[in-house]
Amino acid sequence: MEDYVIHTENLNKTFGNFVAVNNISFNVGKGEIFGFLGANGAGKTTAIKMLCGLLTPTSGKATVAGYDVFKQSESIKKTIGYMSQKFSLYNDLTVWENITLYAGIYGLSNKEIKERGNMLIKTLEIENFATKLVESLPLGFKQKLAFSVAVIHNPQIVFLDEPTGGVDPITRRQFWEMIYQASERGTTVFVTTHYMDEAEYCDRVSIMVDGVIEALDTPKMLKKQFNAASMDEVFLHLARNVAEK
Amino acid sequence: MIHFNNVFKNYEEVAAVQGINIKVNSGELFGLIGPDGAGKTTLIRILTTLLLADKGTVTFAGKDVVKNYLYVRNNVGYMPGTFSLYPDLTVEENLNFFASSFSTTIEENYHLIEPIYVQLAPFKNRKAGALSGGMKQKLALCCALIHKPEVLVLDEPTTGVDAVSRKEFWAMLKKLKEGGLTIFVSTPYMDEAEMCDRVALIQDGIIMDTDTPQGVTAKFGQTLLALRGKYKQATINLLRSLPQVKNAFPFGDSIHITLTPTSSLTELKKLLTTENLDCDNLKEIDPVIEDCFMDLMTND
Repeated sequence: MEDYVIHTENLNKTFGNFVAVNNISFNVGKGEIFGFLGANGAGKTTAIKMLCGLLTPTSGKATVAGYDVFKQSESIKKTIGYMSQKFSLYNDLTVWENITLYAGIYGLSNKEIKERGNMLIKTLEIENFATKLVESLPLGFKQKLAFSVAVIHNPQIVFLDEPTGGVDPITRRQFWEMIYQASERGTTVFVTTHYMDEAEYCDRVSIMVDGVIEALDTPKMLKKQFNAASMDEVFLHLARNVAEK
Repeated sequence: MIHFNNVFKNYEEVAAVQGINIKVNSGELFGLIGPDGAGKTTLIRILTTLLLADKGTVTFAGKDVVKNYLYVRNNVGYMPGTFSLYPDLTVEENLNFFASSFSTTIEENYHLIEPIYVQLAPFKNRKAGALSGGMKQKLALCCALIHKPEVLVLDEPTTGVDAVSRKEFWAMLKKLKEGGLTIFVSTPYMDEAEMCDRVALIQDGIIMDTDTPQGVTAKFGQTLLALRGKYKQATINLLRSLPQVKNAFPFGDSIHITLTPTSSLTELKKLLTTENLDCDNLKEIDPVIEDCFMDLMTND
């Protein structure tokens, strides 16, 4: 039990009469790459917001990095990294300004910012862009930079909300290599995606349907359970069954 | 029906599209496939008379789109990438507004939107801004169709949409095409190329190939191997370090491998066996559009 970085028990969120998240219970282990899938409107975003300390659950229990989502949401925010597809970096700040801004928010010292910032720029091979506006970066680099910034403080967990949407197929794969590197360093990765091939890269995958976690296992076991050749088929099976109800 | 002839467009120093040539035939479902920033929206905005090309021409039904912009606007149904209806008008008010803007009525062209609109009808008095994502998309499609256009132009209609809803949306497009409509649609999802009659693969403002999906994959012209197994970075790195391997990319539950011209499958198998990798899971496969896209990208 102690090794779980995320632990939820009957976690619930209602808006008026609408049950957005309906008693979900699951655990995510240290360094695990956890795929959090579901159709639009299934409740993924609401669940993620609760885990990031941005939304108070209606009932149930949850801890993230050992902190209680009800009472210690500020501590959670300091312990995690977050990256979304839509908003990640300030286009009208330079690459270096974005790095120092985020690293500062995450509480790194000036010395650490300098060290890790330089390392990050070197690893991404964007030395020529350091003093240029983020706007001028090719999209693929922007996404990789956004991810690097989200893990600059070596968070215990990083939440990635559709990080690869619209990204070219090669960059998409390079992005997953970065995810694996982070996982090897011990960072837990909690990721949502609409690309079903990416579900195969996860250690375990949960599929949410109408506020409920309908399935949770390794991709291999899920395919076996639903007698499917691919994760795409598993997803269609679960999401479409509900659509027909 | 649509003809892009050597079209160029720069935004300050950024070259958005560079010498684009595309011909879309009447009645065709044509897909413009490429990632964000490839130039898809620029081409669509030039076609729909919302942006001027720096160089080159675009014709629609044989007419130059710049000189005949009113004709284009009257005969093209355009669904932009971002939700562009009036959020504070109801479903029905939005549809009425678009119909009357084109001097027609919902009744006159109801048959065109009926299969889609029946799903929206229960919410016809709801404000468009309060609809779910899927319903907004259906309403936008109805508004783009209500003036009975000859051509439907859609800019990334399935971006950010889940796998099930994407399949449903393509089924709707297929039905519209069967009704005789010409459709020009852009998407960053490579798997959607298979749903099109023909596709153009676009990257960095350049068309890398234009063909039927089968035609694109037939041109792959090299052996493609798939090594099945759980994703392991070490395996990928090992494959890439072999001089016999041209490219190795993770691909769902497999690694897709192409070999250098002088290497053979037997040679690779021998090598992998000495590295203690299980070759029972290694087999030759047919490429899909995404394999071709990556191959074209790395060949530049």
